[in-house]
Amino acid sequence: MTDRQSLSGEAQSVPALLARNMARFGDRPAYREKEFGIWQSWSWAQTADEVRALALGFLVLGLKPGDHVAVIGRNRPAHYWSMIAAQMCGAVPVPLYQDAVAEEMAYVLGHSGARFVICGDQEQVDKVLEVQGMPDAPQTIEQIIYTDKRGMRKYDHSRMNALADVQDEGRAAATRLGTELDARIAALDYDSTCVMLYTSGTTGKPKGVVLSNRNIIETSKNTAQFDHLTAREEVLAYLPMAWVGDFIFSVGQAMWSGFTVNCPEGAHTMMTDMREIGPTYFFAPPRVFEGQLTSVMIRMEDAGRFKKWLFDRYMKIARRVGPAILDGEQVGFGDRLAYGFGKLFVYGPLKNTLGYSRIRVGYTAGEAIGPEIFDFYRALGINLKQLYGQTEASVFISQQPDGQVHSDTVGVPSPGVELKIGDTGEVFYRSPGTFVEYYNNPDSTASTKDSEGWVATGDAGFFDENTGHLRIIDRAKDVGKMADGSMFAPKYVENKLKFYPNILEAVVLGNGRDYCTAMINIDLTAVGNWAERNNIAYASYQELAAHPQVYATIKSHVEEVNRSVAEDPMLSGCQIHRFLVLHKELDPDDGEMTRTRKVRRSVINEKFADLVTALYDGSSSIYTETEVTYEDGRKGHIKATLQIEDAQVFGEARQQKVAAE
Amino acid sequence: MNVHASDGYTTADGRQIGPVVMDLKNITLRFGGVEAIKNISFDIRQGEIRAIIGPNGAGKSSMLNVISGFYVPQEGEVWFKGYRRGPMKPYEVARLGIARTFQNIALFDGMSVLDNIMTGRLNRMKSGFLSQAIWWGAAEREEIENRAQVEKIIDFLEIQNIRKTPVGRLPYGLKKRVELARALAAEPQLLLLDEPMAGMNVEEKEDMSRFILDVNDEFGTTIALIEHDMGVVMDLSDRVVVMDYGRKIGDGTPDEVRSNQEVIDAYLGVAHD
Repeated sequence: MTDRQSLSGEAQSVPALLARNMARFGDRPAYREKEFGIWQSWSWAQTADEVRALALGFLVLGLKPGDHVAVIGRNRPAHYWSMIAAQMCGAVPVPLYQDAVAEEMAYVLGHSGARFVICGDQEQVDKVLEVQGMPDAPQTIEQIIYTDKRGMRKYDHSRMNALADVQDEGRAAATRLGTELDARIAALDYDSTCVMLYTSGTTGKPKGVVLSNRNIIETSKNTAQFDHLTAREEVLAYLPMAWVGDFIFSVGQAMWSGFTVNCPEGAHTMMTDMREIGPTYFFAPPRVFEGQLTSVMIRMEDAGRFKKWLFDRYMKIARRVGPAILDGEQVGFGDRLAYGFGKLFVYGPLKNTLGYSRIRVGYTAGEAIGPEIFDFYRALGINLKQLYGQTEASVFISQQPDGQVHSDTVGVPSPGVELKIGDTGEVFYRSPGTFVEYYNNPDSTASTKDSEGWVATGDAGFFDENTGHLRIIDRAKDVGKMADGSMFAPKYVENKLKFYPNILEAVVLGNGRDYCTAMINIDLTAVGNWAERNNIAYASYQELAAHPQVYATIKSHVEEVNRSVAEDPMLSGCQIHRFLVLHKELDPDDGEMTRTRKVRRSVINEKFADLVTALYDGSSSIYTETEVTYEDGRKGHIKATLQIEDAQVFGEARQQKVAAE
Repeated sequence: MNVHASDGYTTADGRQIGPVVMDLKNITLRFGGVEAIKNISFDIRQGEIRAIIGPNGAGKSSMLNVISGFYVPQEGEVWFKGYRRGPMKPYEVARLGIARTFQNIALFDGMSVLDNIMTGRLNRMKSGFLSQAIWWGAAEREEIENRAQVEKIIDFLEIQNIRKTPVGRLPYGLKKRVELARALAAEPQLLLLDEPMAGMNVEEKEDMSRFILDVNDEFGTTIALIEHDMGVVMDLSDRVVVMDYGRKIGDGTPDEVRSNQEVIDAYLGVAHD
């Protein structure tokens, strides 16, 4: 393999990093995957061999430089190898969300003009074939390659191959095509495209973000140094491969630092697999941490009295002194001793159960995380930190250094990143990770990135006066004005609501209106458990959501949030005057959320227009029918009559309301 | 399609169905004075999915028990793979390559999913009691081989996440899947499913249907099933036997059965729509 190191001193492409790692780490594990109940592992040398065989196989099938190779599947070594192999051939890997339905996939496949598609299994192959069969589908796809052979025997294989067979063909052609492949690898440099990732499309159609080797490698290098990542780290690759974070953690940083990427058996076994691996470096969106905390709390509710007492007693100590101990601050001997006992009896076993025993660095991002949730993990001694980033920045914009962690900030600019706040309060950045362009979309590129390389994040934020850290308030375009001109920041209030375990999702409305209202989704796990313990029978999500006692609980949460919102004079207008509990969970399949589970406000305003009207016309209940999409793509309707409740508001807002009446 | 050709037929979706595996000739089964099955004949062919349907009390489960060898009919002959079968012990039936699931789940609640499925391979373990007790030599090798096979089935039925969970803690739909896994662990040539979808919701039914089709497709297993859900039966099966009050009132492809007036009257109901 050609070594680009000799030319510039450092590897300038992912394939070059692979060659470097093979030379440097040889027999150390590069990838692991649990299959048939056993962890299979591949050393760096074996990985290099597998990737090369695959790249040669791609050449046999006629992959050309500049082609796009779509990768659709769950986190598996073979899929990561496909992305590296594609780059070796001078092609551009394009990972796609595996849970996307065919229509969504059609757009991305068409827009990228992918010639090769790597599919994880039969399900993905079927979707790709469905896309090809669509009347207006661009017929660019020439080869389909699948990883899992199950169910594939009877398909038309004239333009379809199993990945293992492609590798075998590649190995057979090593002598014939080896020189060609080496030449293609040698042609890669810092500015050649490393990967193309599609944004989740909170607004409008997804855009293809082109990231170069420079973007990925510089960012990985800087941030790996920031957190002192070494070749000894273990990560669990479980987040969607189409998401930039997974690419940075499981490819960029893994390749740069030479650490081990572990792929779980499947999405459902992730928690068990995580326990077995015990990652040292871990990333999860707040949702995962929230879910885990909820399940721990539910299980403690069901535990015996002694265990419950022990847990409560030591968690109290942990909450008080745990974060301080983690930050290396002064803590008295007595507290340290108590914390030590707690570690022995509670924190240690709990961390072990959750799979956090070996964590050195943990990150959360994507959404705001509740202070209680954040502190819970830090109290246990888990070094959980927040970062702020986006696809266009190769993830990292800002992150929290060890020992300077706050639940309401997103930290200091990442190494190499410059930050500024625009006149409108929008956050701008410029960094080595800043994307090259939006694929085939110069207009959007120009409107996002200016001539000096500053990129608008689309988020409103400011630097905290006390800490100097960045604080994000909301999406800049979601921040609006109420009818009376006061600031409307829905996300700020929604996050406060979502910190309650009973509330899974909330949508706050009020832009241009006299007062704010909210639509709320209950968390079925938490509320269901509560119902079980209180002998409340329910037949469906809908019935539970409409239960008067559930309404009463949610109402108390809403009022508590109102009280806390009222404390901030700038945002006190955002208190919720009326709310309803939705009869269905907001779902990406119904278009109400993005695949990364961010609420699509415009869709909700349109789809639930009748509910919005009812929230503002003073009616106390509303009959509605909603279209839902089942997992197999069929559509159905659910009908419900929803109650609308008034909530108490505090401070000035209350006076206004009284005055209005 | 010529169902009666001796060497099989090709289904609408292009699957090749082989010769007769099980031939039931003039079966009559009595419990005391009650005639549960009255002079019924039909056959099951290699690689096909054969359904037995009928209203409650029609004798479907009795029929399945005759096929499995659990009941011995008073009259008639049971031919399996070209041999006439006499009265048999359950383990002898299992060795012949017949496995089944039950209408009321019959798993070991206290044992893990993995152990439950491993029991499906018991008749393939040959090492002696002593060597199994100290898990040495042949016993160890055997267990590893069998475990590998079981893991393939776990992967096939996508139950990796509950591998170590005690069966008693699982929801109904998953228990049904574990039962199917145990039956598959015996690597049967003929798989008998007694109401595989009973008590399931739509999503669980869809999953189960997919797995039944996959088993048939991937392993070439011949499947005979009893099922109440008409939609499922009509979609899944290649040929359907219809029973009513112990008699056979219809036999043929789903379409043929659907248009059979006697079947409509007896089972689907005359006042339908």
